[in-house]
Amino acid sequence: MKADNEKLIESYSDKLPPSVLEEIKVGVPGTISKEKLIQILDRSILVYKNAKVHAGECVGLVSAESIGEPGTQMTLNTFHFAGVAEMNVTTGLPRIIEVFDSRKIISTPSMEVFLNSKINQDVEKVRQLASSIKETRFGELVSEYSLNIFEQTLGIKLNSEIIADKGLTTKDIVKLIKAKVKNFEVESKSDEIIFTQKSKSEDIKDLYGIKEKLKEIKIKGLKGIVQVLPVKRGEEYIILTSGTNLKDVLALPEVDGTRTVSNDIHEVREVFGIEAARQAIINEVYKVVESQGLNINIRHVMLVSDLMCVGGVVKGITRYGVVSEKASVLARASFETPLKHLINAALEGEIDNLTSVVENVMINQPVPIGTGLPGLVTKMK
Amino acid sequence: MADVYINSKFVGTVEDLDSFISNVKDQRRNGALSEFVNIMKDDRANEVQIFCDEGRARRPLIIVKESKPLLTEKHIKQLTDGEITWADLIRQGVIEYLDAGEEENALVAYNETQIVPNTTHMEITPGSITGITTALVPFGSYNQSSRLIIGSKNQKQSLGFYAANYHLRMDMDANLLHYPQFPIVKTSLHDVTDYDEHPSGQNMVVAVMCFDGYNMEDGVILNKSSVERGLARSSYFRPVSAEELRYSGGLVDTISVPDKDVKGYRSEKDYRFLEGDGIIYPEATVDEGDVIIGRTSPPRFLSGLDEYNLSAAIRRESSISLRHGERGVADFVVITENEEGNRLVQVRLREERVPEIGDKFTSRHGQKGVTGILVPSSDIPFSVSGIVPDLIFTPHGVSSRMTVSHLLELIGAKVGALSGRYVDSTLFEAEHEEDIRKELLASGFREDGTETFYDGRTGKQMLARIFVGNMYYLRLRHMVANKMQSRARGPIQLLTRQPTEGKAKEGGLRLGEMEKDVFIAHGASLLLKERFDSDKAVLPVCEKCGLVAVEDHYKNRKYCLMCGEDINVSYVEMSYAFKLLLDEIRSLTIYPRLNMVNKY
Repeated sequence: MKADNEKLIESYSDKLPPSVLEEIKVGVPGTISKEKLIQILDRSILVYKNAKVHAGECVGLVSAESIGEPGTQMTLNTFHFAGVAEMNVTTGLPRIIEVFDSRKIISTPSMEVFLNSKINQDVEKVRQLASSIKETRFGELVSEYSLNIFEQTLGIKLNSEIIADKGLTTKDIVKLIKAKVKNFEVESKSDEIIFTQKSKSEDIKDLYGIKEKLKEIKIKGLKGIVQVLPVKRGEEYIILTSGTNLKDVLALPEVDGTRTVSNDIHEVREVFGIEAARQAIINEVYKVVESQGLNINIRHVMLVSDLMCVGGVVKGITRYGVVSEKASVLARASFETPLKHLINAALEGEIDNLTSVVENVMINQPVPIGTGLPGLVTKMK
Repeated sequence: MADVYINSKFVGTVEDLDSFISNVKDQRRNGALSEFVNIMKDDRANEVQIFCDEGRARRPLIIVKESKPLLTEKHIKQLTDGEITWADLIRQGVIEYLDAGEEENALVAYNETQIVPNTTHMEITPGSITGITTALVPFGSYNQSSRLIIGSKNQKQSLGFYAANYHLRMDMDANLLHYPQFPIVKTSLHDVTDYDEHPSGQNMVVAVMCFDGYNMEDGVILNKSSVERGLARSSYFRPVSAEELRYSGGLVDTISVPDKDVKGYRSEKDYRFLEGDGIIYPEATVDEGDVIIGRTSPPRFLSGLDEYNLSAAIRRESSISLRHGERGVADFVVITENEEGNRLVQVRLREERVPEIGDKFTSRHGQKGVTGILVPSSDIPFSVSGIVPDLIFTPHGVSSRMTVSHLLELIGAKVGALSGRYVDSTLFEAEHEEDIRKELLASGFREDGTETFYDGRTGKQMLARIFVGNMYYLRLRHMVANKMQSRARGPIQLLTRQPTEGKAKEGGLRLGEMEKDVFIAHGASLLLKERFDSDKAVLPVCEKCGLVAVEDHYKNRKYCLMCGEDINVSYVEMSYAFKLLLDEIRSLTIYPRLNMVNKY
């Protein structure tokens, strides 16, 4: 490639995007004449401009229908793989609804934890890390509770096997518990812990209460991670989790923070910000679309995701989310709960300027889309 | 010790349960107990249930004793000779009826080869697992069960000879097939049910092929010449009735030719078929709008003063006329009275229905199709021997539905037609395919049922050999003549000023939500507006308050209910439904003000 040809291509950088220029640079033979290169570039501009969405194109509705129509073919049932080493994560239509509704509590929160190259080939280390991430609660370590009503004590026998398996000692556990429990004397004998009420009150309820409270005390691991599963993904081992705690997982030195993802959109937004959340929505929806063998252009999903994230927070496509932001009272009222919107509009004296599609369909005026968009401007004499 | 219940009522206990049950059964079989008694042993509850009440579905089975069915060759000979009857077999204890409960304690063999030591009963025929209409499907055992169900459902909708006294009846929506035939491929149920007394189809020559795509997607092609010769032709009957209702105050309707001064008088032309008694004469050919029965009713809402009023004497016209799109011939007139003693006039209309595009046909295998075109026999492909099919069926309908019986019937009826006999295709007991093929070969045809065909239009031989034979085809009651409807202008709803819905009300076809989206997605904004113009309204709006004003054309004045007479009015175009919405919003005590700016 001659230098002046390269310069010529570069001079088009304000008219064509870098990816197209790069393609031309790689694609044309080095011996090409200047005239022909100019021809190619000018033609590329033409094609590029034609490929862009035209003014007045109804992208929103086309996106909605393009996602909605294949959506009707989606299997409602999620597939279950009994016994297979995979987590059961919600897919299919329920998952898409969940993402687009931007639910705060999703049905199966999970993470894919990628590890850095130091340990991601070593199954044993990965397994160790996995079990250390998993949230262990005191209740899981107990083999027996014995409540002594006369002496007002609660004896707890620990399962030494499990404790050893988790790499813990009774001492550590007692230490942790002492910090959390007040009003009780805590004594420990090898594998038994005895709680005695300090103020000899007559109320047996407190003993029951402490029993239930103890069960929930976190002993080890990261909060929220209910289950872990090390699996091989390509050449390396990763950890799939059920339950998410992105922030704490990323803090671990073994974790590759550039690839680790959570399927909880709100968590992604909190940890990484809105741009990441936007991409997370696209990824999550597209994952389902692909798993169902459907063919939806990703741009449609991107548009929806953009709309959900444009305000800096993730809003669902619901009457509380995106729809509530519509400028037109009539458009909002035609979606859901019309009375609520009409009454609130009346209270505020809202004015509907009839600038969008739905309201103009309602009053039977040309919709400002396509042929209805351009207006005529004339100078009156 | 076990509890005994009769018709679910506790009556006592027995010591030896098994001997008690066999005792009851024996007594029933030898006639000491009624044959309608059934006994059931419930092991888990340790009780006996005896039923002799009504409403139980029961079915007959041959009793098996010591691994031998009690029905012998002797019985069968006696039956065929007419020496004994079915009732005798029951009396002799050869056959008994079991209900659902007693069936639980029985072990029923399908046939003699399946009898094992503890078998108690044997089926009279293995085909008895199906009901009557399903058993009418030929070669049913070659099909997926769902196809049998569809096939039997289709048969219920077929036109035929539904009642021999049809000419005396006033059935609603009755259809009568002209020249019905008995099927060449029959099942034993056709004989048992006297199908030849009320057949409901015709044996047609069927070719399985495509023909210019007119039979794609479950279409069928009919031979126009066959149709003109009367193939699948039918009559449609519909009664029209009017009664002389009695109203309070001794007023009554009168059936007569209305006087010209009657309120709502149509035109003389509309009453031209009525005779002196106000009823149409038989065999009058009527068209839409023609009056069938002339009738006048007393005026509505008579108040005390009106009785002396001249206008009160004017009666209302309430004749019965043909609805939009209807035609026919007055077939039969009945003058009678109804349960309340009112005079009742019924006129039966008859219409000849020649098969046309859109009429529905089916074979007996759930292979229904809609006529796509009627082709003159000169253009239809013909075989070497000059056979022209009456109906062309698409081969694409078979592969996914796997109706093997459809193909077997085609070849079976071909053999039947060639040999001049009926072919038996009873469920599980049908004639064998190989035998049918052999017979076809012996008749001088290819044993696979295919024949060389020539295109009727070009005379050229077709590349593929065509699978052709006879089939029993049924015409179904869904005919376009009853369903077709179109509208350009027509009635509108009072409330919304939008077109009415449904054929009966001459309604429009709705451009729905999703269709609307198509217009928007194409950016065809102004076209969309035009399509939704059906309830267009140009309304005066008060410029001061933004509410719809009143325009009084009689007094030529405009006023606003809020602001009075002294107002400026702008005319705003909107859909009437939106005006209605504004009214409803106002009823919520919300003030929907229209702010108007100049459009230009």
